[in-house]
Amino acid sequence: MNEPFLRHTGRVAALPRADVDTDQIIPKQFLKRVERSGFGPALFHDWRFRPDGNLNLDFELNRPAAQGASILLTGANFGCGSSREHAVWALREYGFRAIVAPSFADIFFANCCQNGVVPARLLEQEVAELFRRHAAAGGDYRLTVDLEQQRVSDGLGFSTAFALEPYRREMLLRGLDEIGRTLLVADRIEAYERGREAL
Amino acid sequence: MMPRTLFEKVWDAHVVHQFAEGPALLYVDLQLVHEVTSPQAFEGLRQAGRRVRRPDLTVATVDHNVPTGDRASPIADPVAARQLDALAGNAREFGIELFDLRSPQQGIVHVIGPELGLTQPGMVIVCGDSHTATHGAFGALALGIGTSEVEHVLATQCLVWSKPRTMEARVTGRLARGVTAKDLILALIGRIGTAGAAGHVIEYAGDAIRALSMEARMTVCNMSIEAGARAGMIAPDETTFAYLAGRPRAPRGAAWARAVERWRQLRTDSGATYDRRVELDAAAVAPHVTWGTTPGMVAAVTDRVPDPADCASEAERQAVARALEYMGLAPGTPLAGLPIDRVFLGSCTNARIEDLRAAAGAVRGRRVAAGVRAMVVPGSQQVKAQAEREGLDRVFREAGFEWRNAGCSMCLGMNADVLQSGERCASTSNRNFEGRQGRGGRTHLMSPPMAAAAAVAGRLVDVRDWELATL
Ligand code: SF4
Repeated sequence: MNEPFLRHTGRVAALPRADVDTDQIIPKQFLKRVERSGFGPALFHDWRFRPDGNLNLDFELNRPAAQGASILLTGANFGCGSSREHAVWALREYGFRAIVAPSFADIFFANCCQNGVVPARLLEQEVAELFRRHAAAGGDYRLTVDLEQQRVSDGLGFSTAFALEPYRREMLLRGLDEIGRTLLVADRIEAYERGREAL
Repeated sequence: MMPRTLFEKVWDAHVVHQFAEGPALLYVDLQLVHEVTSPQAFEGLRQAGRRVRRPDLTVATVDHNVPTGDRASPIADPVAARQLDALAGNAREFGIELFDLRSPQQGIVHVIGPELGLTQPGMVIVCGDSHTATHGAFGALALGIGTSEVEHVLATQCLVWSKPRTMEARVTGRLARGVTAKDLILALIGRIGTAGAAGHVIEYAGDAIRALSMEARMTVCNMSIEAGARAGMIAPDETTFAYLAGRPRAPRGAAWARAVERWRQLRTDSGATYDRRVELDAAAVAPHVTWGTTPGMVAAVTDRVPDPADCASEAERQAVARALEYMGLAPGTPLAGLPIDRVFLGSCTNARIEDLRAAAGAVRGRRVAAGVRAMVVPGSQQVKAQAEREGLDRVFREAGFEWRNAGCSMCLGMNADVLQSGERCASTSNRNFEGRQGRGGRTHLMSPPMAAAAAVAGRLVDVRDWELATL
């Protein structure tokens, strides 16, 4: 059961790169945990921390204006590579509730929806506009992701719609457990299995 | 009946339920489980008081974090050991077959599935690993899933999936000598980009694909995910049936004959359409090498590293500049001749017996260059045993390669096999992301003969210029 997501307003952290892969989001040395928690501190580890363990102050998430951010604004094909759901667990635990990008890798997109994180796909030029607004505001920039209305807006004139399959949207809106939902049609699964045994 | 693609036939045969809000509930014929992406799924089942619906359709192995050195000594890393213990405990508790470190059949999950004959045409196969696409080489619909989905399949034997679009990748012509399936797929990724097939399932077709062995087909399908596709498929044919015949978990006797008859139906009908098509001329493909930090940053070994100044867009310029900085490469550097420190022959992309034979062909009678550390990590203990029967281990050892036990090893560097910062590695694996093989490590992806030749030369070379021994 996830926390239902209706509408969220929060500070934006901008990561203007395409093809950010899940190896960067959560490097492999942190995948040995057998729990779903404990990944937040390792988010973007090799980018956030220098090899000597000190904070890398050049990295976007370490800028003062990005502290407390809960919406990640980033480039195309976000979350590509490994299927590791640990990447979404790390983002969620760090504090991100929504990710705004021109596109997401397929497995990562599904993993977000399983964990109450809204992946909002906007047009490339809309994302570019948001990066501009974020920079113009000196990084002190907030967005509202409204899942009921399926809109992303900044209260300063930017407002646009995003698409999400009704099934995923409802799952996020209500914080549904997908297994419970599937078990509602358990009789169909049984019928399917009986049908194949008969083959 | 409407003509259908291979994908549509397998999809249609597995729809259990169609949700009004979009996706379908698909039946899963086989779930493969490994130690890294499963513990949270089993814990979820326990907390909800659920059981595994079909333990008989679930098979587990250990591969990602296992040491590849001496199997007799205990595992040095206590956190990794805990993960392996968790899988052993879960397999026992939920009644799932496990190929553990003591098993002669242990290996990388995508190597042992086909090897045991578990992977069969027409199946829907899932695993909490993005390279599950490998199994599509048999005409299965095989895809990687996240841990929540692993739990869902354990509990229901079904996957919720919205019908993807289809793409045909038609490869015609003949591969030149020294050019492999790895070069084909790298060339395709270079052409369409790392998100080129996002939202699609790729079907590889054409006479060049038909001419490939099963091992080579697996290499192609394996890297579908590097092109953005969750799955890649190849229609089964005589090559497929010959590979599967007699495998321990393949059907036998009358059941085998019936199965083959069924499997023969699994091809795209003439007149069926795809949402997208791309074509590639195999004869024009040269050995490929990646120069950057995504598999799409790839070029022929005869090419040079690109210059950010030549990029079409500002975003691309920044991405290329960043990649070159990480890789320690100056714009315009020729790829051939680039000195290397390490060589990794392994991974679910290229650690099957045929890969090891091809690599050994470049190594036989030669020696690894001074200052280069090279290792061979077979894809499974069975591949290892087979290679030893053929004397390949001696070829590698005598040349100065380390000869290891099976696992993912330096493909992702979760165990002790990692690059040091700044080390440059010729690798047969599938991902050259920053830090993938170790923080600060610089990975160049290529084929097994190319990596083997690089080990001997101490630098990247065009393997087409080499005498290759046939073993
Ligand atoms: S060999 Fe590499 S890509 Fe393949 S399953 Fe293991 S870690 Fe993943």
